[in-house]
Amino acid sequence: MISLENVSKWYGQFQVLKNCSTSVAKGEVVVVCGPSGSGKSTLIKTVNGLEPVQKGKIVIGETEITSKATDLARVRSKVGMVFQHFELFPHLSILKNLTLAQIKVLGRSEEEACEKALSLLERVGLLAHADKYPAKLSGGQQQRVAIARALCMDPIVMLFDEPTSALDPEMVNEVLDVMVELAYEGMTMMVVTHEMGFARKVANRVIFMDAGEIIEDTSKEQFFTNPQSDRAKDFLAKIIH
Amino acid sequence: MDLDFGQILPNLSYILHGLLLNLEITATTVIFGIIWGTLLAIMRLSSFKVLRWFALGYVNIFRSIPLMMVLLWFYLLVPQLLQAFLDLPATTDTRFISALIAFALFEAAYYSEIIRAGIQSVSKGQISASLALGMTKGQALRMVVLPQAFRIMTPLLLTQGIILFQDTTLIYTLSLADFFYRAVNIVGNRDGLVTEMIIFTGAVYFVICFTVSRLVNYYKKRVTR
Repeated sequence: MISLENVSKWYGQFQVLKNCSTSVAKGEVVVVCGPSGSGKSTLIKTVNGLEPVQKGKIVIGETEITSKATDLARVRSKVGMVFQHFELFPHLSILKNLTLAQIKVLGRSEEEACEKALSLLERVGLLAHADKYPAKLSGGQQQRVAIARALCMDPIVMLFDEPTSALDPEMVNEVLDVMVELAYEGMTMMVVTHEMGFARKVANRVIFMDAGEIIEDTSKEQFFTNPQSDRAKDFLAKIIH
Repeated sequence: MDLDFGQILPNLSYILHGLLLNLEITATTVIFGIIWGTLLAIMRLSSFKVLRWFALGYVNIFRSIPLMMVLLWFYLLVPQLLQAFLDLPATTDTRFISALIAFALFEAAYYSEIIRAGIQSVSKGQISASLALGMTKGQALRMVVLPQAFRIMTPLLLTQGIILFQDTTLIYTLSLADFFYRAVNIVGNRDGLVTEMIIFTGAVYFVICFTVSRLVNYYKKRVTR
């Protein structure tokens, strides 16, 4: 579903991604972790072209993201993305947040878009909040809305960029529960997170990054029980109490 | 000092009629200035070098020239342009339209700076989120960034409107019979009441501008609450 081949990216002189190669198969859940500044957020943003890369090849489905001829907007409409800071549109109601792109990008009718939006709001348990504005919701609720907004587009894959790291601890689980459910339904997911509990529960594979490099790319069993590199061991020792 | 304000009331309707001229120019300029200013701001932030340079040049030129000079310059230029393109007789009175064009082009430079700051105050994440949903850059700008930017900017745009309203007094240099011109140059000179009329016009300007700026503050509090 997703494949990255020798992806490299520089900010000026500084290389943030170094020859990263990996792939995500259909229905697979891949967790990307690593210390901050390791390039994991940058990596996931290259997948839908939000971060351009200078070298390498990225393919989603059949489409090569790194080709100049690609209509990025078209590809992105099929790739859901959830951000660390939710990024709901503050000037629109929750319902409008969910219908805007359906109507303007997919060309759905308002009626059809609303129906889809309401069914997804119900699924994330926020149907009662449809007419409120984002600022009235808690962080956890906002992030669930953001997930619903992405799902409205019927994505073929979902990307999560640290979806719980801006949340108060007591709200982390309500968001993870939605993600776990999504994983069980067979959604293809690439998730940047520090939530190792989530990784243990649903991940098929874990990618560990440090200093712009993919250090380990292995099954979750292997990663948690027998990490190969010292950096991964060190990271796990710090993060799992 | 012996001041005589008795002549204000009998001439009030004549003087206030001049105020319409100021208000007309203010309203037209605010509308045109915001539209053209928005386009300039977008050019300024565009990834096309030529557009960026054009907007930067435009803004810097107009912000470096006194408004009075721009007014006089357009006063001399516009009649010639109109005659060349529309074949109007040389006697056509183009003072008002000259003033209108000069104000609109001049103020757009200031509006574009306010609007640029407004656009930049909307977080980059909002654009990323829009693009991630498959919107084009244009859609993201129109449907996500600009609506938020204008909400933040409205008080500033209105405040600029107040400054602009005060600046419209300058059209008296083109001998246009605006509020100030009618009060001071016509009534004041005729009846020998220049001092009284200057005090009176100042008071009127103060009342209008102070009231509007209180309203802007009230609006600002309601929006930020």
